[in-house]
Amino acid sequence: MSFMPKPKVANPGLPVNALGLNRRDYEGGMSTLCAGCGHDSVTAAIVQACYELALPPQSVAKFSGIGCSSKTTAYFVAGAHGFNAVHGRMPSIAAGAHAANRHLHCIGVSGDGDSLSIGLGQFAHAIRRNPDMLYLIENNGVYGLTKGQFSASADVGSRSRKGDVNEQRPIDPVLLALALGAPFVARSFSGDKEQLVPLIKAGLACGGFALIDVLSPCVTFNDHEGSTKSYAYVREHREAPVAVDYVAPRREIEVRYAPGEVLPVTLHDGSNVLLRKLDPDYDPTDRARAAAFVQERALANEYVTGLIYMEPERRDFHTRHRTAEEALNALPFERLCPGAGRLAEIQRGFR
Amino acid sequence: MPERTAAPARVNDFTVRFATVNGSGSASANTLILKAIFRMGVPVVGKNFFPSNIQGLPAWYEIRVTREGWRARGPRIDLVVAMNAETYVRDLADVAPGGWLVHDSTWPRSVLLMRDDVRILGVPLAALCNEHFQGARTRTLMKNVMYAGVLAALIDLDLEVIRGLLGESFAKKPRLLEANVKAVEIGYQWAREHFDCPLPLRVERMDANAGGILIDGNTAAALGCLYAGATVGAWYPITPSTSLMDAFRGLCARHRVDPVTGRRDYVILQAEDELAAIGIVIGAAWNGARAFTPTSGPGISLMQEFLGLAYYAEVPAVIFDVQRVGPSTGMPTRTQQCDLLACAYASHGDTRHVLLFPDSPGECFEMAVQAFDLAERLQTPVFVLSDIDIGMNDWMTPELRWDDGYRPDRGKLLSAEQIAGLTKFQRYLDPDGDGIPYRTLPGVSPKAAYFTRGSGHNRFGAYTEDSAEYQDVMDRLARKFRTAAALVPPALADGHGARLGIVSLGSCDAPVREALAELRAGGTAIDYLRVRAFPFGAEVEEFLAAHPALFVVEQNRDAQLRALLTLETAVDKRRLRSILHYDGLPMSARCVVDGIRAVLAEGVRT
Repeated sequence: MSFMPKPKVANPGLPVNALGLNRRDYEGGMSTLCAGCGHDSVTAAIVQACYELALPPQSVAKFSGIGCSSKTTAYFVAGAHGFNAVHGRMPSIAAGAHAANRHLHCIGVSGDGDSLSIGLGQFAHAIRRNPDMLYLIENNGVYGLTKGQFSASADVGSRSRKGDVNEQRPIDPVLLALALGAPFVARSFSGDKEQLVPLIKAGLACGGFALIDVLSPCVTFNDHEGSTKSYAYVREHREAPVAVDYVAPRREIEVRYAPGEVLPVTLHDGSNVLLRKLDPDYDPTDRARAAAFVQERALANEYVTGLIYMEPERRDFHTRHRTAEEALNALPFERLCPGAGRLAEIQRGFR
Repeated sequence: MPERTAAPARVNDFTVRFATVNGSGSASANTLILKAIFRMGVPVVGKNFFPSNIQGLPAWYEIRVTREGWRARGPRIDLVVAMNAETYVRDLADVAPGGWLVHDSTWPRSVLLMRDDVRILGVPLAALCNEHFQGARTRTLMKNVMYAGVLAALIDLDLEVIRGLLGESFAKKPRLLEANVKAVEIGYQWAREHFDCPLPLRVERMDANAGGILIDGNTAAALGCLYAGATVGAWYPITPSTSLMDAFRGLCARHRVDPVTGRRDYVILQAEDELAAIGIVIGAAWNGARAFTPTSGPGISLMQEFLGLAYYAEVPAVIFDVQRVGPSTGMPTRTQQCDLLACAYASHGDTRHVLLFPDSPGECFEMAVQAFDLAERLQTPVFVLSDIDIGMNDWMTPELRWDDGYRPDRGKLLSAEQIAGLTKFQRYLDPDGDGIPYRTLPGVSPKAAYFTRGSGHNRFGAYTEDSAEYQDVMDRLARKFRTAAALVPPALADGHGARLGIVSLGSCDAPVREALAELRAGGTAIDYLRVRAFPFGAEVEEFLAAHPALFVVEQNRDAQLRALLTLETAVDKRRLRSILHYDGLPMSARCVVDGIRAVLAEGVRT
């Protein structure tokens, strides 16, 4: 982390959005993540997307669980309430908050440990409930805060920094979301802001549960040769991993590529994992074919990125519950309490 | 030699037990009798002992007719309606000497039914049903209604009252009404023709129930949630709390749906587990909705981590724990007060929670409303600890009252106008010195934003690992808990000046009050304090200090209330003796009287 706080001085030259706010108005507290962490790029993309969408900051509500990824909700949109829940249980907090006020823009940020291990149940059931919520998984295949254990998204054959090889099949949140009926499923890469910002904007606008699985490499614990969640090879021949317990400052790596192009993000000992944009003929409204395509490409060690599936008309949580249009937390008490007269009527049935 | 004398006439003072098979439809017959007695103006107690099973295992229902108006389980079984062959032997054994046993005499049971001091009344219920009704299911169901008719004749129930009740139940199903009335009448007539009706056990009209209702605690608690303005309910189905949410759902469907648009002023969420249920409640309450979850012991175990978060991050939540027998899965349909400690100190780290202890459905209603007010006032989880006895049995209750002047206590929740007047909002300050900070809701103003976290935070809401900043918040939370002690419902004392005192809580109140009367009538001077909440107020400390010898009556093995008292008050624990009842069935006064007399006989210093 950097120890130099950003000056909160408005630059009069910055462009403003429809609300008269500039991009810095959507920033949050200072990141305490490792320098070069992919998560900080995701944070920047969220800031950019909220700014571009001109969301009133207070209309956003931020939710996260526990882990590096979950810290990031403190780093964007300072004018929004944030809730850093317990490990793996952010979806239920968000569900309750969304039930209480359907008009907030809910942004959940989670990680692969938070959503695919300890919180897999909550993640799966959040998809089933289909709240209007943007759900980002900052996926790096590794537990960073506890120093480098495999997560449930680590690929078979992927090597940890200490040299252990993962033999368990990974859980792919994209396939899970497709199977459980998410109306918006995407995958992106933290180094690819050009792809990510529009996806975030689309996810926020989709009206239901929008999953973006963001491959967001851990520069400290999963950026070495042999890892399949590394972006060390985006630039060829990066330097060797740093020694244990020492985090060297790095510069964020940015990736730009045209549609259809395949990009080597992680490579290890002859097996390639590729980032790949969807071809223009791809139909993102066919759930079954989307799932098949993602699985096919996975067998070829390619991550499918971009918008994978979208079904905007799926009935969201509040439509299904037939909830009042007004936020429940703002309903006048007189409308909620039937009063003494009705209580007497109700009690006639208890004699 | 077993005694075989005719019992003296027992007008409005006896207990009937129905021994049936779970899932056979007997519940409606039992409720019919309970309500008929209630409508005859006679105080009545109904206790249901049912298995954790859908169909086939034994179930019992006890009706105590009590002219004195006691609310506890009866002291002895005077009459058994033995409808379950599997439990005949046990049911016969449980009849008090001089009592009666009614059974279906369609098949001979003489070998099993041998007891000199119990009169056996055989009624060919199955044969009568086969004669008068068609179809296996109808015959089974009508057998229940028919034993209700038999009983009506035996204990002298008013047949008109029964017809009236059936008429209300089957108002929209005339064919069923006709069959039910017919079955009751067949049983009634058969009993009158073959037995000397009524028995010395009989019901005589009184006028004790004016202004009263029969209601179970879960329904009453659901009514409390409706009236308190709760808009979000989340739960995972678990016996015995499911009926609370079922009742809330039913009430909302009638009172919270826009008649024109069909839109609902509530959300009920069946969660994937109790972890999610409490998470939903915390999220909703954080966002300003009154939210609650009904659960039981296993659910409380699962909620622990989230409860610590709500305590530390200071988020309101209302939890109804309808306690059942633990540990583990335990006996899911049996009653106990076994979650006091699990709730009082729920979660890791230094945590303490506000608990309310209703003694009856009436207090389930009142305390449900108080729980929402306290949760918002104190910004913390509040538990309402009822149990199966209160939650799932119908209790005589004074009609519930509602003050239309009531408005929810939202506590220190800043409005948009108040926020506009601030230069800067800071979440965890204590400007009023009561330990309670001010809070804001999302969506109102960017100025009001703060970050809620379970990680170390300072009084401004910022992340901290600074020792002094951490302790500052923890000390304020302790101060807030002291404030809570003055806000929760106070303990209620009965009597003062005696050297002996009873301390108890919740559903023990009914047996304790009955025991108190018996002990006092026997010349024992004894006072009683019913604790209604945790943390304990000054009145609890004073009662403990004023009584040299104290009995703590509760329904668990490990004396959890006693443990709480010794941990949280200045009382010398050697002065607290436990009277414990933890077999899973509701307590009777006998347990209390015998327990106290045994200690007194040992020569307790008083």
